[in-house]
Amino acid sequence: MPENQKLIEIENLRKYFPVNRGSLFARRQYVQAVESVSFSIYRGETLGIVGESGCGKSTLGRAIIRLHEPTSGKIVYDGQTIYDSQAKIAVPMLPYRRKMQIIFQDPSASLDPRMTVGEIVGEALDIHKLCSGKAERRDRINALLDEVGLNTEHANRFPHEFSGGQQQRVGIARALAVNPEFIVCDEPISALDVSIQSQVVNMLEDLQQQIGLTYLFIAHDISVVRHISNRIGVMYLGNLVELAESYELCNRPIHPYTQTLLSAVPLPDPEKNKTRQRILLEGDIPSPINPPTGCRFHTRCPYAMERCKQDVPQLKEYGAGHFAACHRLEERW
Amino acid sequence: MAENDRLIEVKDLRVSFFTPAGEVKAVDGISYSLGYNEVMGVVGESGSGKSVEAYSIIGLLQSPGRVVGGSITFEGEDLLAYTPEQMRQFRGNKVSMIFQNPMTCLNPVYTIGNQLTEALTCHDKGISKQDARARAIRMLELVGINNAEKRMDQYPHEFSGGMRQRAMIAMALICRPKLLIADEPTTALDVTIQAQILELMKRLQHEEKTSIIFITHNLGVVAEICDRVSVMYAGKIVEQGAVNDIFYSPAHPYTKGLLASMPRLDEDSHERLIPIEGTPIDLLNPPKGCNFAPRCKECRKICLHQKPPFADFGNGHVSACWLHFMDRARANDTAKGASANA
Repeated sequence: MPENQKLIEIENLRKYFPVNRGSLFARRQYVQAVESVSFSIYRGETLGIVGESGCGKSTLGRAIIRLHEPTSGKIVYDGQTIYDSQAKIAVPMLPYRRKMQIIFQDPSASLDPRMTVGEIVGEALDIHKLCSGKAERRDRINALLDEVGLNTEHANRFPHEFSGGQQQRVGIARALAVNPEFIVCDEPISALDVSIQSQVVNMLEDLQQQIGLTYLFIAHDISVVRHISNRIGVMYLGNLVELAESYELCNRPIHPYTQTLLSAVPLPDPEKNKTRQRILLEGDIPSPINPPTGCRFHTRCPYAMERCKQDVPQLKEYGAGHFAACHRLEERW
Repeated sequence: MAENDRLIEVKDLRVSFFTPAGEVKAVDGISYSLGYNEVMGVVGESGSGKSVEAYSIIGLLQSPGRVVGGSITFEGEDLLAYTPEQMRQFRGNKVSMIFQNPMTCLNPVYTIGNQLTEALTCHDKGISKQDARARAIRMLELVGINNAEKRMDQYPHEFSGGMRQRAMIAMALICRPKLLIADEPTTALDVTIQAQILELMKRLQHEEKTSIIFITHNLGVVAEICDRVSVMYAGKIVEQGAVNDIFYSPAHPYTKGLLASMPRLDEDSHERLIPIEGTPIDLLNPPKGCNFAPRCKECRKICLHQKPPFADFGNGHVSACWLHFMDRARANDTAKGASANA
C-alpha cells in the first residue's frame, strides 16, 4: 500500500504501569505492558491484534488513542504528530476524539446506567457541538440508532432494558456519533453469545464499507480476527512478534509463538482435530513485571537458542509485508 | 445402549425458577443417558439451561430454582429422592464438578493441599493424614503441576489461572468419581492454556475411565473432546447425536445456523457470516410452538402452534423439528447437502 495512505503510524510505543512498591525504599517496579511496538495502520483497512490475556493488546489500543498516556514513543495520525516523547509533543486530544473512537468489551459496564440511550449517544454530539438545534440532534440520534439496527423508540430506554447484543449496538452507535475515521474495537464481541457475535461482526463490516472506517480490531479469538481483518499482528508479553496479511499469517505463520497459538485453536471439525499436529507449550506466560531477558518468548519457545536469552530480536520483513521478530528466522532465512 | 451400560439417565427433567415475575422454565423436559467412559458435550447459549441441568444432577440448584418433574437415575438409584446427607456423600465421591472460574471456587484462605486432602478425608474417614497428603501430591503430579510437594503448601493466589484449573481438576478427581461435570472449564483460559487443559482432560478420562458431561458454548472444544453432543436451546434439547453426525450432518436449523455463523480458521475464502437473526426468547413468556420458531428461517405454520417431537436419524441422532416430518425425504437431502458443503 502506498505511503500516503497511512492513517496511523506508531513508533516504539511503550506503556509502563507503576506497581505499588511494598516499602517506601524498595525499587520502583513497572508492569511493562507494551514494549516498543511499531506499526502503521492504513486508511480503510482492519488491523487485527491477537494475543493472550495480559499480552498488552488492550493497553496498546488505548495508548494509540491516548486513553492511556504512553510512557514513550511516537504516534502520528494522518500526517500530524499527536504524541512524541522525544520532541516533547503531546497535543490536546479533543479535536482528535472526533476522528478516533473506541468500542469496549463489556457493553453493560461501558454504558452509564443512569442515562438513556438517547443521552448516551447524544453526549458526544453535545461535546463536539455537532448539532445546531434540538430537532437536528434528535434526527441524528435516530439515524444513528437506525444505522446499528435499533428502533428510534429505544432512545428513551435505559441500558439495562437491553440484551447484551443490543447494548453493544448502543456502544457502537455512540462511537459512530461523531463520524469518526478510526475505531479501536477492543474485544467487541467476546462478551456476546455465539449466535449474536456474527450479527455484530457483519454489522461492523457493513459500516466499514458504507462510511470507509478504519479499524484496529483487538480480540483473543483468532478465528474472528482472521475473518474481519486485512492484516493481523500477534502480541506476546508486550511485544509485537509477527505481523502479516491475515491469510498469510494464518496459513504460513513463521514465528514459533504464532504457530503455537494457531495450532491451539480447536476446530469445529472432529476429524481434522484428530489428525492435526499440536504444539503444546510448557508453563504459563511470565510476569510482565519481570519479563525474560532477550526474546521474551524464549522461556517457552521450543526452538530457543543461547542467543535468544540475551539479544532482543527486532521485527524484520520476511517476504512481502510479512514481519516477524525471531533470531532463528534471521539465521535460517 | 443396554440398561446396565448406563451410568446416568435423565428422563423428562424439568427445572423451574420461581421468580417474582413468574415461572421461568429453565430446563423444560430434557432426556438423555450417558454411558460409562463417555464424554458428552452440552452446547448452548447463555440462558439455554445447560448449566442448570448440570446443577440439578449434582444437587446444587439454588433457590428459587427447583426440579419440578422428571427423574435422574444414577447407576439405578434415584438421585432426586436422596436426602441432603446422602447427596453430600454422593457429591465429590461419585460425581464431582469443575467450574468456569477456578479463582472463585478455591478457598483463598486455605492452602491447595488443605483443600485437596479435605475432599479425601470427608469421603474416607479412615484415611490417615500422611496417606491423604501422599495421594494429594500424586494427584497434583498427575494433572501436571511441577514441584507438587512445595505447591501443596501454597495458596490459590500463588497459582496462575491455568494451574488453578489444574488444581480444581485434581480436586474433582481425587476421589475417583465416576462422573465429572465440567461447566465451561476452559472458557476463562487462554487458547494455549485451554489446549493444555483439554489434553489433560482427555488423558485423565482415558486413564481413569471417568465419564464427563462437558458444558460449553465453544463448538471447537466440543469437536475436540466429546463423543456425543446435545445441543440445547431455551431449555430444550433440540438435537443430539454422535459428534461426527452433529458436525458433518446437522439436522436441526439451530445447529446448522450455529455452525454457519461461526468464522472458521480452516476456511480459505472470506465469506460473509450467516448469522442467526433475532435474539433468544424470553423464558418468562415462551412461545406456544417451537422455541426456535421466531428466529428460524424455515419456520412453517405448525411451528408456531405445536412443539415439535424428535425425529430419529439412527445411531442415536435425534432432532426436534417439524421439517423432518413434513417432508422427510427433502429434509434428509438438505442434511446431506449441508454436510457436503462443510
